[in-house]
Amino acid sequence: MPEKPVFFDEMRGPSGDETRDPYIDYCAWISTEDVNHLRRKSAQAEALFRLTGITFNVYGMEDQTERLIPFDIVPRIITAKEWAVLEKGIEQRVRAINSFLHDIYHRQEILRAGRMPVEMIAQNKAFLPQMIGVAPPGNIYTHIVGTDLVRTGENDFYVLEDNARTPSGVSYMLENRETMLHMFPELFSRNRVRAVSHYPRSLRRSLSASLPPVCDGAPTLAVLTPGIHNSAYFEHAFLADQMGVELVEGHDLRVVNGRVAMRTTQGYQPIDVLYRRVDDDFLDPLNFNPDSMLGVPGILDVYRAGGITIANAPGTGIADDKAIYSYMPEIVEFYTGEKAILKNVPTWRCSEADALAYVLDHLDELVVKEVHGSGGYGMLVGPATSKKELAAFRRKLEAKPANYIAQPTLSLSTVPVLTRAGLAPRHVDLRPFALASPQGVEIIPGGLTRVALKKGSLVVNSSQGGGTKDTWVLED
Amino acid sequence: MRLKIKHTTSYSYDAPVPYALQQLRLRPKSRSTQTVHSWQVEIRGGRRQVSFEDEHANSVDLISFDPGVREINVTCQGEVEVRDTAGVVGRHTGFVPLWLFQRTTPLTEAGPRLRALVAAFEKPEDSLAALHALSEHVLTHVRYDTEQKATDIGSEAVVEAGYGVCQDHAHVFIAAARALGYPARYVSGYLMLDDRTEQDASHAWAEAHVDGLGWVGFDISNGMSPDTRYVRVATGLDYLGTAPVSGMRFGKGREHMRVRLHVEQ
Repeated sequence: MPEKPVFFDEMRGPSGDETRDPYIDYCAWISTEDVNHLRRKSAQAEALFRLTGITFNVYGMEDQTERLIPFDIVPRIITAKEWAVLEKGIEQRVRAINSFLHDIYHRQEILRAGRMPVEMIAQNKAFLPQMIGVAPPGNIYTHIVGTDLVRTGENDFYVLEDNARTPSGVSYMLENRETMLHMFPELFSRNRVRAVSHYPRSLRRSLSASLPPVCDGAPTLAVLTPGIHNSAYFEHAFLADQMGVELVEGHDLRVVNGRVAMRTTQGYQPIDVLYRRVDDDFLDPLNFNPDSMLGVPGILDVYRAGGITIANAPGTGIADDKAIYSYMPEIVEFYTGEKAILKNVPTWRCSEADALAYVLDHLDELVVKEVHGSGGYGMLVGPATSKKELAAFRRKLEAKPANYIAQPTLSLSTVPVLTRAGLAPRHVDLRPFALASPQGVEIIPGGLTRVALKKGSLVVNSSQGGGTKDTWVLED
Repeated sequence: MRLKIKHTTSYSYDAPVPYALQQLRLRPKSRSTQTVHSWQVEIRGGRRQVSFEDEHANSVDLISFDPGVREINVTCQGEVEVRDTAGVVGRHTGFVPLWLFQRTTPLTEAGPRLRALVAAFEKPEDSLAALHALSEHVLTHVRYDTEQKATDIGSEAVVEAGYGVCQDHAHVFIAAARALGYPARYVSGYLMLDDRTEQDASHAWAEAHVDGLGWVGFDISNGMSPDTRYVRVATGLDYLGTAPVSGMRFGKGREHMRVRLHVEQ
């Protein structure tokens, strides 16, 4: 028997003893399956992942630099109706973020209007003065977005982070589905699950639609990776392969005839759209960090001259700052004239004295994050932290309050995972992937469900021991 | 005054250079203080890749070296008419917000030495008077010395050394003006010295923003505001953002630079 959930369980509902609609068929199926058989299937799935080579480097773990992100075979299922709201909400946010970025690098109307304090931008490390006055094709700054959502109840979804800079994980979304189709084909004939396998085609189309002014034919695309030592190298190679474009590193590229060109057997070939997975600071040693060995000297100059599209655009990271996040409801309203469809998590900005006092008083209840952080590093989960660690964190917070924001510890929904003892609820989040181009915003139905495999844990990051699940969006 | 300028920068290397790029900020523009009648940039040993306007509206050329060269020459030549505006450049234009000019940079850091210099400054009430007085104050504490070569070019290091050239004066003034709440920027350009036509090097000064008046120039080293002998070429937050030539190069050979600058009426 599954354990009785303390949180909103997406399969068993708030009471824990019903079966929610989207899971009725799945539950009927699994009730006839033998647990040991399922566990064997689960082991097979893992073997499949090893075969594909899908691995993930975890920083800070010296004994094993590469490991598999655990995959759980119980799908996370979302209804068509739920998805329709999420889709609309994400699209609205992506449009707003692109308008915001264009504004920040041009007239800064939102600051002039007093809707956001100047310090939010002036002290934002991701703000790149070199991008001032630069208008990318179609005014698209973030082409690929991975909005992190969490759920706390039947109709309660919150955006946790926007990930407008360099979202990763889409290869897991694709591989998870591939694996499920292979392992449990019968489930897909019983349930009408919306496909995700077109993502690489959509990505290619979306990037091609963002062609630079200099290109007048079919654009040449490439994926720029920092190289094999990067934690997401597998994904870079995978996406290049799936799109049928070159995977390149900085040293493969040069400025030739006013273009950024890659070395090929037929000489240098110009690139029109570069999907780069190298951070701003390392992108161009001539214009940014001169010590970078990963970038392409002069690429920003070619970009400013209209000779290449860089996706996502340099300087997009300001939208990922967690203090900026706290202004997202204002940002959505300011640029779209609509109320935000998706809720923000209430956020205390520790730069503000009142907020800081509250946070210090309630440290053991809150989640505290660094404004520039990502991947769950440097984050405090109050309720799961010892007194001693809390005291240490308090000192860090008091020393540099503007470096932090705090949020209530959310009661993340659970979805069952397969354990030795059968199904057991574990906390999940959801990262859908959106593609923005001058032609519009496309959102792939579903996304990556990350699951905290440790019982009771609220941290789903793969770098902190999280796993993943296939995510189903059902047809209407 | 109509100035004729010829400016050649040559780099030579003791080994062939396989690949190198340089950013040139070497094109003056017609502005409130000057009209550019003609201007040409000629490159030998390399070629122009792209041109664009940076965030400060400077014209930038990106050039690449011809593979395997040992020498590259960049020659600028032209005529610029300069008007006397008593140092006033005018109202701020473009998308760069004024607050950006109040940000410190590594070269215009406001460390303990700079803060001490600012603390010792008796600031007149009127902004314009204050900035002129600040320019004098900087020159008193950092003597103009073209003979001694400073080891470091940041504002802190220069105040500590107590001497410097025009570039150092500009950095110290900019850091101090920002500390006093004025947006300030670095200007690189040409100055025709009265007693000669062959100049040692290109010149640098500073501009500060005064409400109601806009940008006003201060040549700290010469204790005056720019007049008809000053041609503005590029502006930025500090030297790094305005450098006439900045680049990067692959290959191990050592670099030797030579500048020849001729400014006459």
